[in-house]
Amino acid sequence: MDIIVCVKRVPDVAEAEVDIDSSGRGIQLGTLGYVINEWDNFAVEAAVSLVEEHGGKVTAITVGGEDDEDVLRRALAMGADEALCLTDPAFDGSDSFGIANILSKAIADIPYDLVLTGAVSGDVGGGRVGPMLAAMAGIPHVCLATELSVDAGTARVRHEVEGGLERVVELDLPALVTVQTGMNEPRYVSVLGIRKARRKPLTAAGAAEIGIAPDSVGPAGTRVTVEEMFLPPKGEAAEILQGDDEDTVAALVERLRQQGGV
Amino acid sequence: MRKILVLVEHSGGVVDDSAYELAAAARNLGEAGGDVSVGGVVLGNDVTDLAAGLGAWFENVYVFDSPRLQVPDGVAGAELLAGLIEQEQPFATLIPHTNTGMDLAPALAVRAGSPLFADCIALETTPDGLSGVRTRYGGKVHARISATGDGGFMATMRPGSFDTGEAPGSDGALHTMEVPGDLAPQRRFVETVAPEPGAVDISQAEVLVAVGRGIDEEEHLEIIRSLADVMGADIACTRPVVDKGWLSKSYQIGTSGVSVKPKVYIAIGISGSYQHIGGIKGAPYIAAINKDPAAPIFGVADVGIVGDLFDIVPLLEQQIREVKGVG
Ligand SMILES: Cc1cc2nc3c(=O)[nH]c(=O)nc-3n(C[C@H](O)[C@H](O)[C@H](O)COP(=O)(O)OP(=O)(O)OC[C@H]3O[C@@H](n4cnc5c(N)ncnc54)[C@H](O)[C@@H]3O)c2cc1C
Ligand SMILES: Cc1cc2nc3c(=O)[nH]c(=O)nc-3n(C[C@H](O)[C@H](O)[C@H](O)COP(=O)(O)OP(=O)(O)OC[C@H]3O[C@@H](n4cnc5c(N)ncnc54)[C@H](O)[C@@H]3O)c2cc1C
Repeated sequence: MDIIVCVKRVPDVAEAEVDIDSSGRGIQLGTLGYVINEWDNFAVEAAVSLVEEHGGKVTAITVGGEDDEDVLRRALAMGADEALCLTDPAFDGSDSFGIANILSKAIADIPYDLVLTGAVSGDVGGGRVGPMLAAMAGIPHVCLATELSVDAGTARVRHEVEGGLERVVELDLPALVTVQTGMNEPRYVSVLGIRKARRKPLTAAGAAEIGIAPDSVGPAGTRVTVEEMFLPPKGEAAEILQGDDEDTVAALVERLRQQGGV
Repeated sequence: MRKILVLVEHSGGVVDDSAYELAAAARNLGEAGGDVSVGGVVLGNDVTDLAAGLGAWFENVYVFDSPRLQVPDGVAGAELLAGLIEQEQPFATLIPHTNTGMDLAPALAVRAGSPLFADCIALETTPDGLSGVRTRYGGKVHARISATGDGGFMATMRPGSFDTGEAPGSDGALHTMEVPGDLAPQRRFVETVAPEPGAVDISQAEVLVAVGRGIDEEEHLEIIRSLADVMGADIACTRPVVDKGWLSKSYQIGTSGVSVKPKVYIAIGISGSYQHIGGIKGAPYIAAINKDPAAPIFGVADVGIVGDLFDIVPLLEQQIREVKGVG
């Protein structure tokens, strides 16, 4: 059972101040730390534990630059067997259609039974790459999986659907499944583990190697363009209580009392 | 006149509010303020009556009604919609950014070769195409995106972001569409599962103390429990707290959790993602405690304290004890 898992490195903005960069089309990334996309961490765990159970091989793939190899090393440390970094100046500035297109060309040369992606990415979070990739590869897909098992050429998937419900379905392999958070408990990755994983194969491939026309990806291949980024309009933002902790808490208690919360 | 198609989401025989929101948003997509003709598309089994009831919102309602569509399947849905788009040549197709919409839209965009605007909170026509606004980086930044062309655009639209307004009172024509005999959904249905009724029912709680990833460790939940106790409130949480197994799913507020309608809601260490806020109904009084002044939660809260929850929460408990005159 061979599994391909697509992973992406994203800036960690949870507690950081975010500023627009001078181009007006991106954010200042300088001081931000990077992490593996939260959803992809669950996808790697799912891939590795399925292969532990059934045998086979996990290949982790990212489209990005040299810096993005971090997430591949992390996936290798979690138990992936091989990693592929799809990198080419021509790929810069691709939109999700472009990313899916690059991935579809790359996986065409790799035997697989299952492709896993995150359900969305935490930075831009459109949730398009997975199902687009499935459509391009001509395989069935299911989105937002919360449970996944495989038995004799069939995947059984529980996934989040309409009306707050979940549904269990079966799919013939090969298929693509997008993974929702909470599917499993991703294993811990130590610094030592990442160092050891340096012995595992990590290859890079560009447009020529995967056989994609450079003018079909990158800015030339985008269908949707980012015009500008801006900070959200303030609107009716909260009254921020001022003073030291004693003061702000006293003011909060007063307001909660007025509102019937205390 | 421009045509716009809207995919109508429904569940358990009830049309989702997103259908009316998208119908209203579609009316703004005319050429330089010109008229549009909005078509609703309904996929499902035994849905012709439901579709017939939508005439006041749409000039045309297209219904694909077949037992084979009992279970929504994004791949099969994309195939049917691609055929309709081919036939109707709409300027744009609007799809709700819901679980089923996210399942179908990307597959459809590949099939139909359309630019896909994902998760829009605003959408408007431009002289040479379409432009939309979406949020990025957990809601901290908005981005304006665009595509050019004469038509064939596709957008998924965030539920709750577009005003429904009044039904325009059109007298929509119902079109019964053929489901091709060779359409074979690739998913085999096993079962649909409703969330298990949990140990608690937060949906009826009047005062909720909710905690997010900022709590950092399971043991730290004690300070939240203790605060809730003294307030006589119930506790609730965001998805990451459930993902880590610290609280069960029945405590999770949000679009994939429980919908609540409290009078007072306190968000502690919660960033304020729309999937979380989407579960809070009925305009409660919202207080937020977060150490990040730029956290989107402060955009929806009534009152906020910028500070470390580990300093603020114990102090809050202590002061409430004093006010209430309890130990
Ligand atoms: C070199 C480069 C240049 C870029 N330039 C731009 C730009 O100019 N404008 C812009 O808006 N965006 C840009 N991006 C971001 C890019 O558009 C997004 O990474 C991609 O489109 C994901 O879109 P999405 O939000 O739909 O992802 P989602 O569909 O939300 O992601 C879902 C899943 O798809 C997979 N996935 C997504 N991206 C990748 C990837 N890069 N490699 C492997 N798997 C992936 C992951 O499994 C992820 O969990 C760039 C990215 C790269 C790597
Ligand atoms: C299809 C789908 C469905 C989803 N459904 C839901 C849902 O139903 N419910 C839900 O909640 N989420 C849902 N999510 C996830 C959602 O997108 C967010 O990831 C999630 O809500 C974030 O939770 P959070 O605010 O606890 O964590 P984060 O976004 O990580 O925010 C943590 C916050 O804590 C603050 N903080 C950290 N330390 C401290 C401290 N010491 N003192 C004070 N503040 C601190 C930080 O500044 C930050 O703002 C869904 C996602 C998808 C894709």
